[in-house]
Amino acid sequence: MSDIEKNTVTINGMEVEIGDERNLLELIRKAGIEIPTFCYHSELSIYGACRLCLVEIEGRGLHASCSIKAKPGMVIRTATEEIREIRKISVELLLANHKVECPTCPKSSTCKLEELGRRLGITEVRFKKTNIDYPKDFSSDSLIRDPNKCVLCGDCVRYCREIQGIGAIDFAHRGKNTIVSPAFGKELAKVECVNCGQCAAVCPVGAITVKPEIDKVFKALDNRKKMVIAQIAPAVRVALGEQFGMTAGDVVTGKIAAALKRMGFAKVFDTSFSADLTVIEEGTEFLNRFSKGEKLPQFTSCCPGWVKFAEQYFPEILPRLSSCKSPQQMFGSLAREVLPGLYGIKPEDLVIVSIMPCTAKKFEARRPEFSHGDIRDVDFVLTTQELSTMIEASGVRFAELEPESLDLPLGFKTGAGVIFGTSGGVTEAVLRFAAEKVTGRKLENVDFHAVRGEAGLREATINLDGKEVRLAIVHGLKNARKVAAEVKAGTSKYDIIEVMACPGGCVGGAGQPVSFADGTVKRRAKGLYEADKMLQLHKSQENPYIIETYAKILGDVGGKKAHHLLHTSYQSRRRITEKGMPLLTGEGTDKLQIKVCVGTNCYLKGSQSILKALTRDIESRGLSNEVDVQATFCFEKCGEAPNVMIGDQLISRCTVEKARAMLDAELKKLSLKATTVVA
Amino acid sequence: MNTTPLNLKQIAADFRNRLEERRVIVCAGTACVANGALSLIDALVKNITRAGINVRVDTHKEEKKDLLLSKSGCHGFCQMGPLVTIMPENILYTRVKADDAAEIVEKTLVKGEIIERLLFVDQTTAKPVKGSNEITFYNRQKRTVLKECGHIDPEDINEYIAHDGYEGARIACNDMKPVTVCEEVMASWLRGRGGGGFPTGRKWQLTLDQPGAKKYVICNADEGDPGAFMDRSVMEGNPHAVIEGMMIAARAIGADEGVVYCRAEYPMAVKRMRKAIADARSMGILGQNIFGSGFNFDVNVMEGAGAFVCGEETALIASVEGKRGMPTPKPPFPAESGLFGKPTVINNVETLATVPLIIRNGAQWFRSQGTAKSPGTKTFALTGHVANTGLIEVPFGTSLREIIFNIGGGITDDRGKPMPDGFKAVQIGGPSGGCLINEHLDLPLDFDSLLDKGAMVGSGGLVVMNKSTCMVSIARFFMQFTQNESCGKCVLCREGTRQMLSMLDDIMAGNADEKTLENLEKLARAVARGSLCGLGKTAPSPVISTLRYFRAEYEAHIFQKKCPSGQCKALTTPEINPALCKGCTVCAKKCPVGAISGELKKLHKIDVEKCIKCGACAAACKFNAILGV
Repeated sequence: MSDIEKNTVTINGMEVEIGDERNLLELIRKAGIEIPTFCYHSELSIYGACRLCLVEIEGRGLHASCSIKAKPGMVIRTATEEIREIRKISVELLLANHKVECPTCPKSSTCKLEELGRRLGITEVRFKKTNIDYPKDFSSDSLIRDPNKCVLCGDCVRYCREIQGIGAIDFAHRGKNTIVSPAFGKELAKVECVNCGQCAAVCPVGAITVKPEIDKVFKALDNRKKMVIAQIAPAVRVALGEQFGMTAGDVVTGKIAAALKRMGFAKVFDTSFSADLTVIEEGTEFLNRFSKGEKLPQFTSCCPGWVKFAEQYFPEILPRLSSCKSPQQMFGSLAREVLPGLYGIKPEDLVIVSIMPCTAKKFEARRPEFSHGDIRDVDFVLTTQELSTMIEASGVRFAELEPESLDLPLGFKTGAGVIFGTSGGVTEAVLRFAAEKVTGRKLENVDFHAVRGEAGLREATINLDGKEVRLAIVHGLKNARKVAAEVKAGTSKYDIIEVMACPGGCVGGAGQPVSFADGTVKRRAKGLYEADKMLQLHKSQENPYIIETYAKILGDVGGKKAHHLLHTSYQSRRRITEKGMPLLTGEGTDKLQIKVCVGTNCYLKGSQSILKALTRDIESRGLSNEVDVQATFCFEKCGEAPNVMIGDQLISRCTVEKARAMLDAELKKLSLKATTVVA
Repeated sequence: MNTTPLNLKQIAADFRNRLEERRVIVCAGTACVANGALSLIDALVKNITRAGINVRVDTHKEEKKDLLLSKSGCHGFCQMGPLVTIMPENILYTRVKADDAAEIVEKTLVKGEIIERLLFVDQTTAKPVKGSNEITFYNRQKRTVLKECGHIDPEDINEYIAHDGYEGARIACNDMKPVTVCEEVMASWLRGRGGGGFPTGRKWQLTLDQPGAKKYVICNADEGDPGAFMDRSVMEGNPHAVIEGMMIAARAIGADEGVVYCRAEYPMAVKRMRKAIADARSMGILGQNIFGSGFNFDVNVMEGAGAFVCGEETALIASVEGKRGMPTPKPPFPAESGLFGKPTVINNVETLATVPLIIRNGAQWFRSQGTAKSPGTKTFALTGHVANTGLIEVPFGTSLREIIFNIGGGITDDRGKPMPDGFKAVQIGGPSGGCLINEHLDLPLDFDSLLDKGAMVGSGGLVVMNKSTCMVSIARFFMQFTQNESCGKCVLCREGTRQMLSMLDDIMAGNADEKTLENLEKLARAVARGSLCGLGKTAPSPVISTLRYFRAEYEAHIFQKKCPSGQCKALTTPEINPALCKGCTVCAKKCPVGAISGELKKLHKIDVEKCIKCGACAAACKFNAILGV
């Protein structure tokens, strides 16, 4: 039988059967040969730029194996003399253009360039140093960009665009000046980056890294006047162990508590506690809205990447976001409220450190809504990775630590607060609350398997005492964009939508240990569900310390105090505001509002001349006092430019004639109204 | 919708009917316009009117007058422009200025006299010649694609129709099925003129075979090679031929939409293409139910933002889609998944302009020119150290000797004076091509003959170099170009061209050693073999081919620290030739750093330590006595 009939290819003389691999590279890897790559990620589009996965296909020459499909009968060689030389040259070329500062680079132990140099046996770089000295970008609260280390593999660019649907960074310039940069060379903080940090997670080198706060925390720990306390996010406990030789999904909560205590933290609490609080507040909010049928679907608001995303692109739906603060911020404000009295310290001496799987939490902690004067509700945010660095820096032997328990009262949680760390967890936790609330009966089976899973957009319908609640769970902001657009368009069929920016939810956050292995995120999620199982309580409403908190401090669920401490509001972050530029402001009282869009599309299609003609008309007809004329930006009908709004009538594909006719009609209406009022 | 199919024959007859016997054609190609063709036209009109001659300006005006003054596209003889042709006598005046208009009207148009001083002087005979048919530059060419360029009014669709224009499209629509169009083009052996030489008919057949109702035709008019202007001339001189070619391609593959992707640096080509499209639309040649055949097709022009890499088809498609112009891996080929993911045919301007001729005259006619595997003719942009530079068209199989020494009029020195034994090399195919030398002069030029010589036809740039040219500098020139134009996507191209450029700089500066040469060769091979797209794969060609034929020159730079042609300033020692120096003191006065000393009428000297090699002295010296600056 020939290879063609057998559906096999020959790789380095070895016969390999073709399966459902998407490309030759995957097949070769399946055959046990780890071909190096920089720019290949199975979840991103094929890019073909690093040229490291070149293989020789008999009769066809050299091809990047990532961009070729395996065909029966192919004869492939993966490491000929020529290919080895090209790979070496490629890596040397990158090294020649790389700011080599490996021992002090934050990416040091996980850098792919470093690893490839070693794997390919590169002991010297034959080429001249060429790197241009670009300034680093420290503007973001969450991330640092260092273009001098960038290898231009484009992983970050594609992740941001293809998975998150944003495109905050892209390639600019040509030749040796090619650079990955925010638009117009702006700072990262000034563009649409939502701080999810997935660019840093996929970056094979140290070109985008997480902005560290380690030194500030060490400094606070060393200040004897301060009482430093920690909150640990759910997803941290199933990932930190990976840094110390354990498996993804191993629950190390007790070891974390022990390590933090050894480093000088006075108390160690749990963000799962405030997650329980979130469940009650958000669940109540939802049931209120659901019973009234208003502001639905309700979106979750615990993910700061998603919140900023919504503020940027969908300000119209902000009222539908739950007004609940995220668990991190609920913890912060509650801790500020409770702990100084409890421990007899001055409020300003309490230092609150959160340990998060997330880079956007750094941004969230610095949102002005979450500060009172100089004091932030959360002082510092450490990622899982930063915590592991601190543990190592402190000399604590993590693997050998005996677990210790978390502190009371803010360290006590139910399983509902723990599963918050995975996509679907918030929904499930809220359901465990809502089911009992609606039915008035005790919920026996707490597992809602319908909302668990991995797909980027999952749907479920849950029957609560005859009432159907339609749920959607999305992760990855590109998926979120889809459901948000439906909501905006009025075609959404859901009642509640959970959104997590990072694929997999918080367990896949960019602050977690770097892992290029498949299945890591899934194992972490499994760890959280197991942790839920291991706890005695699974419903937030059963958490005795939550009950006590309401009784002693917060009062009613959703009440005034609770609202003050646990809820927040959102702001539109549209770059172009709806506010126009007043060009002509009449002195009359009941004036006709005229708005002419002068955005790019409308401008190109002649809105400027309409604006001029109208202004001239108005002045020559002596109508200056009856109208306000404004130049505005974007009615979001760019395809039908130019757009002019007269009164409340939007005229698309407007012409001077159309505008004049509408002006007359609207003025007539207005004068009719005026006469009626007088009459 | 058209109910009565268009009668092309009637339009042609009407046009000829209107056509006057006497006609003055002024070349209004980019070069002639830059040299004042438009003010020349104004002056001619003024003087003609003053002489009492009833003149019609531009063919598309309907009324009939005594004399027709029309503009044409590029003749190809740009060096001699602005050009004026007077018909029916077929007199060609060269380098005509607005000031010459009165004399032309008075003597030639009124009295029928020839103005000798405006005629072209043949280099070899040193005699003035009357018309283009007597000029070697023209009469040794074989013009088919360029035939109408320089004669017809590119802005008049009627004149194109009067020259059998759109007849090919009509035949394809009315008398042929898509598959027969593909077969005819396949039988003609037409190969892509953009560089690759891929059989056009096969490309079409592959696209026709793809499922799906939506398909596109793209005309690649992103001509970016330095010094090449074949496509620009066709678009400026005969835009309807390009549109007709696109229509036939669309008919062949079942496309209903076409895009001309033209670089924005070609404003006149863009303008003329747009006018031609608008005219074809209003006549019903583009649009719905074309020629009553049920075939629908329309074309739009898109201007590229000026990246060389956008000439690469996948980058071009990305650019049309509004993305950054970066190539994507092939497969998938555009024929399978092209513009907006739909099957797409991309052909270059010259290829498309050739297609109507094949459909009109048949595949056999086409194969009667050129060579068996590269039939037809090819346009070249001839530049460098030759007497006649410009745009030429010759059948495939023509030798370099014919092109350089007959059509080009032979080698010249840097100042344009004849240099009979001066031939050193010719760079063919622009920055992607390689150089050819003496031993290749009689090689019949075609797609295949050049490949094993390390060169390629490419899009058709021909840069002739004389013996004073430094080949390392030439390689560096092209390397600088490709490095600047690398899209930055793949490592080998972006970083490889940068390092090769730096190595060439080292060689030219005297900072290179044996290792540099070894690394340069290895890197050149790696970039050529491993890059993602054609730009990267061919970027090292100038280095590889100059190394192949002029290795000794590289070695002289590296080991003896000498540039044999004295071009690399870092490797030259400034000196004054005692035999030539007259002691005039001009050089000493010109030297900005006071490095030259000497008394009047005595030999001068250059202080090598002080000299900055600015060249001011050499430029000032009337006796060519100063070397090495």
